[in-house]
Amino acid sequence: MSAEINLTLKVWRQPGPSAEGSFSTYEAGGISTDASFLEMLDIVNERLIESGEDPIVFESDCREGVCGTCGLMINGRAHGPQKGTATCQLHMRSFSDGDHITIEPWRATSFPVLRDLAVDRRAMDAIVAAGGYISVNTGAAPDANLTPVPKEAADTAFDAAACIGCGACVAACPNSAAQLFAAAKVQHLNLLPQGQPQRWARTEAMVETMEAFFGSCTNHGECEEACPKEIPIDFIAWTNRDYIKAKVKNRKLAD
Amino acid sequence: MAQAITRASTPPPVRSAPRLRLPWPLSIYQTAVGKKWVMGLTGMALLGFILVHMTGNLHLYEGPVEVHEYAETLRNLGTEIVPRTWLLWALRVGLIIAFVLHIHSAYSLSQMSLAADQRYRGGRNYIAASFASRTMRWTGPIIGLYLFYHLADLTWGWFNPDFVRGDPYHNVSESLSSVPVAVLYIVANVALAVHIFHGAWSMFQSLGVNSPRYNHLRRYLAATLAGAILVGNLSFPVFVQAGVIDDGGRSFVEELRRHGAAEEDH
Repeated sequence: MSAEINLTLKVWRQPGPSAEGSFSTYEAGGISTDASFLEMLDIVNERLIESGEDPIVFESDCREGVCGTCGLMINGRAHGPQKGTATCQLHMRSFSDGDHITIEPWRATSFPVLRDLAVDRRAMDAIVAAGGYISVNTGAAPDANLTPVPKEAADTAFDAAACIGCGACVAACPNSAAQLFAAAKVQHLNLLPQGQPQRWARTEAMVETMEAFFGSCTNHGECEEACPKEIPIDFIAWTNRDYIKAKVKNRKLAD
Repeated sequence: MAQAITRASTPPPVRSAPRLRLPWPLSIYQTAVGKKWVMGLTGMALLGFILVHMTGNLHLYEGPVEVHEYAETLRNLGTEIVPRTWLLWALRVGLIIAFVLHIHSAYSLSQMSLAADQRYRGGRNYIAASFASRTMRWTGPIIGLYLFYHLADLTWGWFNPDFVRGDPYHNVSESLSSVPVAVLYIVANVALAVHIFHGAWSMFQSLGVNSPRYNHLRRYLAATLAGAILVGNLSFPVFVQAGVIDDGGRSFVEELRRHGAAEEDH
């Protein structure tokens, strides 16, 4: 059963990267509880356009929780109140009639606001570019099961590979550390046979690139709670271990 | 379009690479994950000390003579091989190094995080972060200041007019019988327990000691360690105040010395 609810939105408006931003309040009446959070914002934007105002800028793409483009700080929680859910998969039935909702962009020094709720997340791309890949000769597809992978390793690597790179871990972290993102990107390759040849070079390069942009992990565990893919912080511990090993092994290889 | 989004240039790194590259193992300490390793390892050493210190202090419940004997045992550690107090001093130097590294890594990592973080204007909701994890940067300095007071009070005797060098039982009972001092010890040791509650768990993550089968035990271990240290350390000010630990203001070590001096006179 769908119902309609009336909401008051407090939205961060910022005209450009270097402009001063501030909160604007909008009344959002008659929102269907079947609408997703982004659809609710679409409705608000339609009304803003009709009344001649600038629509609220926010990012979205697939709207089915797999692309990682959307991401809003909703009432002080990354991706809103529902656990394991990206903003696009959050529905208005999670809210009640008369609710006040505060919407802010991800905040971190390395996530500068582009406009309103859209932030520049290219610092995360820099981490992946540093080693989040395997180098293989492309050609004909290899035979299936040519490289045996234990079931447990495949499952765990897949848990890490579920990362959609939305940046919620950084947004939720009081230190603005990107440990969960970087660890997921390091470990989904480090856990598999295909990732072994570059394992130590990858770990060192990705961790050190991460440290150039983001804060230092203090093991609060906020990232794990915010992650729409529920990636556990175990990967962070394994990356810490791999990093020290990498520091030893890379030195041996360099000599 | 006048209002088109203008792309900002690639965000500049928050932290620039160290100007001076130290030689290999020291270079590990120049990275944040390396510093967390050092913080975890030194934390483990300091935790070990606190546990031994608290357990050793339980000799207070046996009496002044036993505490004195325990103190002498510590000074005589390793006398089979090295001169008296050398091993004790080696342990002390190790502790001081661990303490300095623990503080330095905490300070520089905090600076790094403060530079990387931006405040949420609408506030932030904490879900997983505990009171302990969020107050590490407060409980740490509290413990540091308390440690200074603790050494000045019971090792150097700056604040205690009745201080007798080498009589821990007497000094403890004289110091902690003052209510403000007892309160200070209680507050500081609660801060210490809160710090350990997060630190003893966090240590495993920082050092990469993580195995899903045993992970749940890490929280229990941290809670047990924090609880044991809290109960043990709080018992001293409480029982001094209650009059259980009390030598009536007469230092037995002082009397022993006076007695020894008197015998020499004969």
